[in-house]
Amino acid sequence: MDVNEHEVSPATREFGCEQNLLSRPDGSATFIQGNTNVLAGVYGPAEVKVSKEIYDRATLEVLIQPKIGLPGVRERAREQCVRETCEAALLSSLHPRSSLSLILQEVHDDGSLLACCLNAACMALMDAGLPMSCLFCGITCVISTEGQIITDPTLQQEKESRAQMTFAIDSIEKRVMMSSTKGSISVQELQEAIALSQRASERIFQFYRDSVHRRYSKIQ
Amino acid sequence: MKDTPLSNCERQFLLKTIEERKRLDGRETYDYRNIKITFGVDYGFCMVDLGKTKVMSQVSCELATPKETRPSEGMLFTTVELSPMASPAFEANKQSELLVKLNRQLERCLRTSKCFDMESLCIVSGEKVWRINVDVHVLNHDGNLMDAVSIVAITSLSHFRRPEVSIQGQEFTVHTAEERDPIPLSIYHMPISVSFAFFQQGSYLLVDPNDSEEKVMEGLLVIAMNKHREICFIQSSGGIMLLKKQVTRCSDIASVKVLEITELIQKALEKDRKARKDDDKFSFAESLPKEQITAQKLKEAPLEKMDIQETASEIINKANISPSTQGEHSPVLHAGGVGQVGEGITSSWGLEEDIEEEGEMEEKTTVKKTKRKGDVIVISDSEEEDIVVLN
Repeated sequence: MDVNEHEVSPATREFGCEQNLLSRPDGSATFIQGNTNVLAGVYGPAEVKVSKEIYDRATLEVLIQPKIGLPGVRERAREQCVRETCEAALLSSLHPRSSLSLILQEVHDDGSLLACCLNAACMALMDAGLPMSCLFCGITCVISTEGQIITDPTLQQEKESRAQMTFAIDSIEKRVMMSSTKGSISVQELQEAIALSQRASERIFQFYRDSVHRRYSKIQ
Repeated sequence: MKDTPLSNCERQFLLKTIEERKRLDGRETYDYRNIKITFGVDYGFCMVDLGKTKVMSQVSCELATPKETRPSEGMLFTTVELSPMASPAFEANKQSELLVKLNRQLERCLRTSKCFDMESLCIVSGEKVWRINVDVHVLNHDGNLMDAVSIVAITSLSHFRRPEVSIQGQEFTVHTAEERDPIPLSIYHMPISVSFAFFQQGSYLLVDPNDSEEKVMEGLLVIAMNKHREICFIQSSGGIMLLKKQVTRCSDIASVKVLEITELIQKALEKDRKARKDDDKFSFAESLPKEQITAQKLKEAPLEKMDIQETASEIINKANISPSTQGEHSPVLHAGGVGQVGEGITSSWGLEEDIEEEGEMEEKTTVKKTKRKGDVIVISDSEEEDIVVLN
């Protein structure tokens, strides 16, 4: 991995996605950011357990499966971040008393895993055809020890960083829907990272648009 | 969530087609579905597609203390995980009957058949050995999970490399991949399981049943074999009576299928080895199907960073942090154990006198935690000097 190249100017790694690759789930997608790869599957709207029923909207369950071992506290924390973002984007009141389940499987972690989870989740929700008020994407930024902001970092860059931030950004007004930070950051750095993430989100949304356009290109 | 059951007419239709020696996906009786083997960036990662059934596996290793009964042997642990992604009927972290069966069969397939050299995993006898973990995840369930799981497990074990260890007396050092090339496990043979589904009291037989065929089958025979035609384990379930002739016939079919699959695995491993040797960097994006409209790629590209700093400064300036909220005031002590900040300060919310009546409508409350201990929270209302103490 050419680290220096990233340090000159912030960049996004190579993106890739494939939708509808699993036959069983109602919606599925795999999202690739460089070497980071996450597979997502969505079931729903379906019947819900009585104990989990919410009378005016759908219940969303998010599960993140690590590659090795059983899910732990870190996965729980990520699940919550993803769930809250999805709940904000989904129009769940259209499907009251039903369940939506989103399962994310880590295939390879090479940095920006939470951001990749968010992107895979959005692609899978789109594939399942669930109504959403807006799309969302995830971007991770790290601040290197020299104080430079790096977007879409690799695992190596994450380890060498001073602070790490992940934002979920909506597609309409490019507002921050969720943020998760680690390490100490100044107000100036936070605002810079948000502005940079908003810039990067435009590229991801364009990528979403292109892939959906390509997918439905054969339909007259 | 429950699995969709098969309706009676579907069931009858399926049984009728089987009687006519036809299969819904156009296969012949002894045909396997397409097998696709993909490797990843890490050693020991493998993904197998058996038709629409998809499984992935990751092998990892760690240092552990050996069992007292076998002090000079390494350990092998296999875990099969039925991800809820694979089928709506699967629940996370729940021990279902199918899961227990798969785990047990995989263990018999790999550990009991002694397919690799456990003694080479010993570092210091009785003290330190390598513990090899195989984590198999089922991602999409479209029948015949056992065969897919056995293929993915043995392939990822063959692909795996463990770090090299050098021993000087009682001291040993584990070398990282940068220092010394990691070494593969010594695999003696590859046990691969082949499943046979039986219908109508064993009068009809199908190889590699898919999900709908599994739902109507009466019995299942699983035979694990290696390419030397040695049976590693055999399992009959569903309570069907089989004749000796039928079992030997099945083992003959299995030997042919195992030979084909072993060759496929060897080819895939060889191809990956060559690619790694040529330093042909693997990327997941490259493994995406190119001709499909459901897949899309985007090259790496830099972002423009020009006015980021100005935007950030602008936002901060707009926020206009007034000095009175900066917390210059010292905490006030009313009584022992109670602290309060912010009493007697003029309201900084900038309410003008003429809109004071409407003020209650858009009441804004500030919550400030006291600096001491943090167990008392004081909500100070900027308009009326009422104090509400929570907790």
